[in-house]
Amino acid sequence: MQKVQNNKAWWLVLPVFLLVAFSALIPLMTVVNYSVQDIFGPGQAFYVGTEWFKEVLSNERLQDSLIRQFIFSGAVLLIQIPLGIGVALMMPKSGIKGSLCLILLAIPLLIPWNVVGTIWQIFARGDIGLFGWGINQLGIDYNYTGDTLDAWLTVLLMDVWHWTPLVALLCYSGLRAIPEAFYQAAEIDRASKWAVFRYIQLPRLKSVLIIAVLLRFMDSFMIYIEPFVLTGGGPGSSTTFLSQTLTTMAIGQFDLGRAAAFSLIYFLIVLLISWLFFTAITHADKEK
Amino acid sequence: MAEIQLKSLAHSYSDMPEGPDDYAIRQLDHVWHKGGAYALLGPSGCGKSTMLNIISGLVQPSEGDVLFDGKRVNELSPRDRNIAQVFQFPVIYDSMTVYDNLAFPLKNNKVPASKIKARVHEIAEVLEIEDKLYKKAKNLTADEKQKVSMGRGLVREDVSAILFDEPLTVIDPQLKWKLRRKLKQIHEQFDITMVYVTHDQLEASTFADKIAVMYGGQIVQFGTPTELFEQPNHTFVGFFIGSPGMNLIEVQRCPRGVCFGGTVVALEPWQVDVLQRTRSTNIKIGIRPEFVEVSSVASDDTFEAEVLDVEDLGTYKIVTVQLDHEKMKVRQSEDFAASIGSRVHLSFPKQWLKLYVDEFLVQEQQ
Repeated sequence: MQKVQNNKAWWLVLPVFLLVAFSALIPLMTVVNYSVQDIFGPGQAFYVGTEWFKEVLSNERLQDSLIRQFIFSGAVLLIQIPLGIGVALMMPKSGIKGSLCLILLAIPLLIPWNVVGTIWQIFARGDIGLFGWGINQLGIDYNYTGDTLDAWLTVLLMDVWHWTPLVALLCYSGLRAIPEAFYQAAEIDRASKWAVFRYIQLPRLKSVLIIAVLLRFMDSFMIYIEPFVLTGGGPGSSTTFLSQTLTTMAIGQFDLGRAAAFSLIYFLIVLLISWLFFTAITHADKEK
Repeated sequence: MAEIQLKSLAHSYSDMPEGPDDYAIRQLDHVWHKGGAYALLGPSGCGKSTMLNIISGLVQPSEGDVLFDGKRVNELSPRDRNIAQVFQFPVIYDSMTVYDNLAFPLKNNKVPASKIKARVHEIAEVLEIEDKLYKKAKNLTADEKQKVSMGRGLVREDVSAILFDEPLTVIDPQLKWKLRRKLKQIHEQFDITMVYVTHDQLEASTFADKIAVMYGGQIVQFGTPTELFEQPNHTFVGFFIGSPGMNLIEVQRCPRGVCFGGTVVALEPWQVDVLQRTRSTNIKIGIRPEFVEVSSVASDDTFEAEVLDVEDLGTYKIVTVQLDHEKMKVRQSEDFAASIGSRVHLSFPKQWLKLYVDEFLVQEQQ
């Protein structure tokens, strides 16, 4: 058969190319542009090379908030993933009760971030918030605006409340996809509940867990609005996470060169760690 | 090991069964004796799998009792009944090795480690998967997976019974035969009660000593392969067993026998007796293709028929003939020579000509 050579077909790729260019490449290149220059105003730009990057990497405020960010994301994953699996396992398999659970679980996911922050800001207050007041009534001294540990726990609790349902819903869908025959075989093989979880449910949840871990890592690593509304990053800078530090730098101080360099580093960290998670989990059982 | 008895068992998947059609199993009494190798044979949807799941305890019967050695076990879960079951499609524990898969039921039963090792190797050898023992079960082919599935059923020594639910569906034909022989060997070696569900008569007769044929939620006949072939108790057994199945012809009552169209078939006096006493109009005669005799010469008890088709199956021929308005199949040897359209003369030996009233065989009273 004669194959027709027609390179005009490449024009068909143009719409996609333009779309990607405008949605991703051009904005990103703007940031790259800022990160290697010192720009005072139109026509007053000086090429500075990697200077911003060097400065940003040695900036103590940024290092501190990066460490805080890692601790926060680690804690989020350690709490939300097991808790989400647990909730999914306990949910009714079907029927009206199952649907009811799904609706109840989905509610926190539908609330806008800043509203979540506001809810908890009031809810956790010692004077007018039910939660804060209740804790204080138990004789525990709790004040998230003054105490670092309390602030941390409140931010974590808020995030757990807001996002564990996502993990639970993902796991629930994964559990429903396991054919009944597996449970029957396990019953016949006299497997304990733990063995059913360990050898049937967990291996079959792997793919949804990869998604859950990645989503929760990326989201928690980029968290901004909720702690900003709840604690404003305080007390001191104890709950100031990376996004907030970056925003202060870019908008508060209008330090665009530094902020741009830092944005790129931020982006690369998220990319790198997501990739690490993904390869670690998918390669875990290929070796044997 | 146990004797499994089913007492007036019935099961419906609907909560409010309205008529017999809502039942997957209807009023069934049956005993599976200790140490037997049985097949449960029937078409798809006749209730075979339901019955198996009721025995193992995965399904609770709506009516009737399941007895193990005379003890009612209706309320016991599969784990308490101590039963092994192999499913139609392979169920393996993906994340484990083949060895761990086979050892899993033993570990759950707290069998000592040294015993587990010996037993797993023994079963792996029987199933010829020894070289795969330390591979991940996930990476096996479909039939290897099914072998592992079967292995998990066979590995336990103390089970009351092993139930197989069409276990060889996913296996290719060559291996199928081999595995069936294997199962038979294992049965002889360990003497465990085995019930094997299948819709394949060949599979049933190579595996089992006795076959239960199920039809419409009931066991219509329970017997050896020979009995099912020579004395089909029900028209369904006649039709279902044998390839091709029994020739069944709807007939009317006639003096000294039965007739259809212009053909009169004489019957034995005791058969005529029974016919005279029954009021049913659902009367059929049946004869297996293997037992119809064909000759080129007419005599007193032959019927003239036309040859419609001859299929050469290599070692024998299946001849389709038309007798009056009825088509019949006849099995003939390779040297059968009559051509299509020619006339032949059929005769029906008395001992192979069966009479069915209301679909059930009329038997001679002793």
